[in-house]
Amino acid sequence: MNLSRKWLNEFVKVDIPDREFAEAMTLSGSKVEGVSVEGSEIKNVVVGRVLSLVRHPNSDHMWICQVDAGQTGPIQIVTGAQNVKENDLVPVALDGSTLPGGKEIHTGKLRGELSNGMLCSFAELGLDQRDFPAAYADGIWILSDDPELTGLTVGQDIREAVGLDDHVVEFEITPNRPDCLSVIGLVREVSATFDVPYDLHEPVVKGGGPGALPELLDVETPAADLVPRYTARMVRNVKIAPSPKWMRERLRAMGVRPINNIVDITNYVMLEYGQPMHAFDYRYVNGGKIVVRRAEEGEKLTTLDGREHTLNTNHLVIADEGRAVGLAGIMGGENSEIVDDTADVVFESACFDGTCIRKGALALGMRTEASAKFEKGLDPMNTLPAVNRACELVELLGAGEVVDGVIDILNNVPQPWTVTMDPEKVNALLGTDIDPVDMYCLLERVNILTREKDFPNGPAEVVIPSYRGDVRRLADLAEEVARFEGYNNIPTTLMRGQTTQGGYSPAQKLENKLGALCRTCGYSEIITYSFISPAAYDKILWGKDDAHRKSFKILNPLGEDTSIMRTTTLPSMLEVLGRNWNNRSKAAWLYELGRIYMPKTSTTPVDAGDPALTTAKERLENMGLSGFTEALVDAVNDMGRDDGLADEAQILTLGAYGGGMDFFTMKGAIEALLKSIRAKDVRFEPCAEDPSYHPGRCAYVYSGTDIVGVFGQIHPLAAQNFGVDGELYCAELSFDELLMAQGPDPEYAPLPKFPAVTRDIAVVCGEEVSVGALEAAIRRGAKGLLKEVSLFDIYRGKNLGENRKSVAFNLVLRADDRSLTSEEADADVKSILETLERDCGAVLR
Amino acid sequence: MKEQLAKIRAEALSAFESVKDAAALDELRVKYLGKKGELTAVLKQMGRLSAEERPAMGQLANEVRAALESALDAASQKMEAAALELKLKAETVDVTIPGRPVSVGHRHPMNAALDEIKEIFIGMGFTVLDGPEIELAELNFDRLNAEEGHPSRDWSDTFYFDEDSRVMLRSQTSPMQVRAMDSMPLPIRIIAPGRVYRKDEVDATHSPMFHQVEGMVIDKNVTMADLKGTLNLLAEELFGQGTVTRFRPHHFPFTEPSCEMDVQCHKCGGAGCPTCKGEGWIELLGAGMIHPHVLEMAGIDPEEWSGWAFGMGLERTAMRRFKIADLRLIFENDIRFLEQF
Repeated sequence: MNLSRKWLNEFVKVDIPDREFAEAMTLSGSKVEGVSVEGSEIKNVVVGRVLSLVRHPNSDHMWICQVDAGQTGPIQIVTGAQNVKENDLVPVALDGSTLPGGKEIHTGKLRGELSNGMLCSFAELGLDQRDFPAAYADGIWILSDDPELTGLTVGQDIREAVGLDDHVVEFEITPNRPDCLSVIGLVREVSATFDVPYDLHEPVVKGGGPGALPELLDVETPAADLVPRYTARMVRNVKIAPSPKWMRERLRAMGVRPINNIVDITNYVMLEYGQPMHAFDYRYVNGGKIVVRRAEEGEKLTTLDGREHTLNTNHLVIADEGRAVGLAGIMGGENSEIVDDTADVVFESACFDGTCIRKGALALGMRTEASAKFEKGLDPMNTLPAVNRACELVELLGAGEVVDGVIDILNNVPQPWTVTMDPEKVNALLGTDIDPVDMYCLLERVNILTREKDFPNGPAEVVIPSYRGDVRRLADLAEEVARFEGYNNIPTTLMRGQTTQGGYSPAQKLENKLGALCRTCGYSEIITYSFISPAAYDKILWGKDDAHRKSFKILNPLGEDTSIMRTTTLPSMLEVLGRNWNNRSKAAWLYELGRIYMPKTSTTPVDAGDPALTTAKERLENMGLSGFTEALVDAVNDMGRDDGLADEAQILTLGAYGGGMDFFTMKGAIEALLKSIRAKDVRFEPCAEDPSYHPGRCAYVYSGTDIVGVFGQIHPLAAQNFGVDGELYCAELSFDELLMAQGPDPEYAPLPKFPAVTRDIAVVCGEEVSVGALEAAIRRGAKGLLKEVSLFDIYRGKNLGENRKSVAFNLVLRADDRSLTSEEADADVKSILETLERDCGAVLR
Repeated sequence: MKEQLAKIRAEALSAFESVKDAAALDELRVKYLGKKGELTAVLKQMGRLSAEERPAMGQLANEVRAALESALDAASQKMEAAALELKLKAETVDVTIPGRPVSVGHRHPMNAALDEIKEIFIGMGFTVLDGPEIELAELNFDRLNAEEGHPSRDWSDTFYFDEDSRVMLRSQTSPMQVRAMDSMPLPIRIIAPGRVYRKDEVDATHSPMFHQVEGMVIDKNVTMADLKGTLNLLAEELFGQGTVTRFRPHHFPFTEPSCEMDVQCHKCGGAGCPTCKGEGWIELLGAGMIHPHVLEMAGIDPEEWSGWAFGMGLERTAMRRFKIADLRLIFENDIRFLEQF
């Protein structure tokens, strides 16, 4: 909302610099977004009088003028314009002046003749014909030809001379304060903020126009529920003309283009009162009858902007006997528009249902100034003063004759309401110690008054002005008190009261721990969007009918790329890896702990006759508690019901390339993670069936019988889909499974008191035997002394034969209660070797 | 014999003094003190001495031996020290050669800022809550006083999953206030960070997905002064001691009175500059006293309990905290960006 400070000053005098004004208003709740000064780009342009002009000796179209610009002597200026005469008053841009758009004017020579500046057109001053309808468009602006420009003096700053010097304050008005979307609303706020009185003007209409209103116009509101109030007046023998300079100036300052006197009056009143007004041409209101009704299904209406709309019963229209002539609260119809030969005008000043207007405007894609105001809910008490103000302006401008009387239909005008003010409770809520009388004093500033003669010292009823629909209970009064006491005068205290035990849940602790571990392993954290493109599932090579493709679909996405909620984090990670790859970063090791969004599936509902419940039911009934069965059924069904929300599981995703990354580097990190959380019974099994991964370089991660996740090299075709022709490695670990796999807190085990015996063994076996199988056989074969097994070499060579390999392990054997003898250790190793040979066909090399 | 001993002593001491290396020293040890050494040879002559002479001569011989042994030790120590010095010198490294890389990953700056915020509130007895991002409009809007018809419910602002606008991507972390009120015993102190979604196109300051942290306290006798005190503490912890804040009235449907907290611009110190768009202040968060109707809807008696709540954008805080100029960097995850934190 823009506010002209000149307009403001008509009602409340506050003459302080813009910056202080803006700060004070911001701190009382009307946030100032900025202040602009009209004409601030214009510098050193003054009113000048053309003393004489002669033809330029070297040009057939230029003139050399001698101009009095209020300086010690006349100055010479060359102009190419043909409309300048002796004695004209014109805008003169002096040497060193600037014009809108940053254009600078300096003394120079034009075809050999000195020119000490420039004579200006209105366009060169950033104005247009609508601002000065009397001005000559194709040449220099002859100020002295415009009867509206009076009191001009030579040398006067042009901005002041033509009224281009208003200061305009831009406010951010919060949705609870539609009353502040008007000059008068802001006048009240300014008055309250600076504690200076304001003086509103009571419109006075002389009337006496020809005819009697009841015979000329009849209004019906069959859609009474959507029309709390409808007020209208008529103006006859209208003379359409430009509106006067002062009105044009104010409209321009507020960002509204002047059109003609009648349209400008409606806009002026809308800005001043915040009440949207509409003017129709009476001759097109057939039968002199206005009907405010719901549109018929399929009814057509072309609005002022030339667009044709097909309406339905959700839309509210202004109609005559037969057809719609306007979209109520949004825009008038083309068929009743004010035109140059309009003679009789109906001014509509109504209050429409906000939700209806909002939905209508949204459905038709035409949010207008008027609809934006209506949708916030306007004060029905404002329609009458606004229409009277419009009629008063008609008379002031001599734009027509106002017919006596007002049509005013009140369908639903709220009664004045009161709220109980309780100073003690307000102080308790704010943490302040404000004197009750001072509180009532602050409320009085915003016209919230007690009915009592003196300010009370305790609780009292206060009456809320009709335009303050946002003030309904004590908390709202507390805010009013706080606003004018000053939020920054409220003390600052720290919380007291019962202490609570805060902190992280076990799951959050694990989240923090896993993040720290990933970073320790060299992976950096990323954050990716939760929504992806459906095509992402193709890119990671999922089958067309893969069940995991079933995703939450956003019905109104920004675009296809962000249209479904991911059921896998893999494409998000691959996209980031691809981006880094394409940025030519040599290595990127990344992790994300992010959610996937799985649709919930309802479990089949059970009913009271379900056999599974029979036993429970019988037992309960034997106890005389028959009613409980139904409660039990409800509880079971509640748990299994799909409530429309997602199962939002967290996935720890690792992704990496470069820097020595390979399958076993990533496996090392996963092992480190699992070891650090003391996961039990961790093992890895090959996974050839995940389509996103290399079938020979992918593994499931198990803890016990549960699959914690999967990891491996990304399938080269999938990598290509993300623009990568190298090896990418990823892991997807379920956070819930990690939480389950987490082992108990560590317990100290005594350090070994006796020395260990170490033995290295190398066995030769077929390629098909996995290291895991050998290791398992070693553990099985040991007779209780084996403490550690570690792989230290795998060797392949011609001497071993085709498809054979030699695998070497380091064994650590120890007894807890004695030093082992060599014989004891040998016995264990012998058993191990026997098991290896028997179970794996592995023989000592 | 006496002369012999004196000669050995003089010769040996002088030889030990001038010896150059360990091998030579060992040779000298053998030569003078060895089993077939000169001193032993002299001692072997002891038998030829008279009984009167023997003790004196024996004592003298022992003295010489002791002197030689002590000199030998000293020479040996000196030599070892010299050898060690030589060795250390030979082992000198060029300390300017870079260390062997240990690559440690980096916390994402947005979460780094969030970690700081969590720590501050946990220290004050707050619990950290997580909640669903796919949320019921009832909790995101209705239970927070944003009834049917509130502009933020428009399909142009909020993402929906069904035609009835019942299930949506939460547009704020505030539904966590409702979830906490519905499920936790009073008094409550929670913060709830997480992802939120609004229908904004991506640019330098907007993203359709971003993060907020919600904070809420409900207790007896909670005041707006407490709210201010706590949030001032937060600003100081985040942006340093002496950070200047101000509170402005604002409007949120679910708080009354409502406010926004600004932090004085770090660049210009409040004078006004491009960073703060000439205002001297940068908006940090929205807050307020929980609207009594919101408490009532959760079955909490506003006459007995009061509370405050705040919500702040985390990206914006991280950007301010780490002077990041463009929001898009946060979600691009360029390793060259991530490695800076």
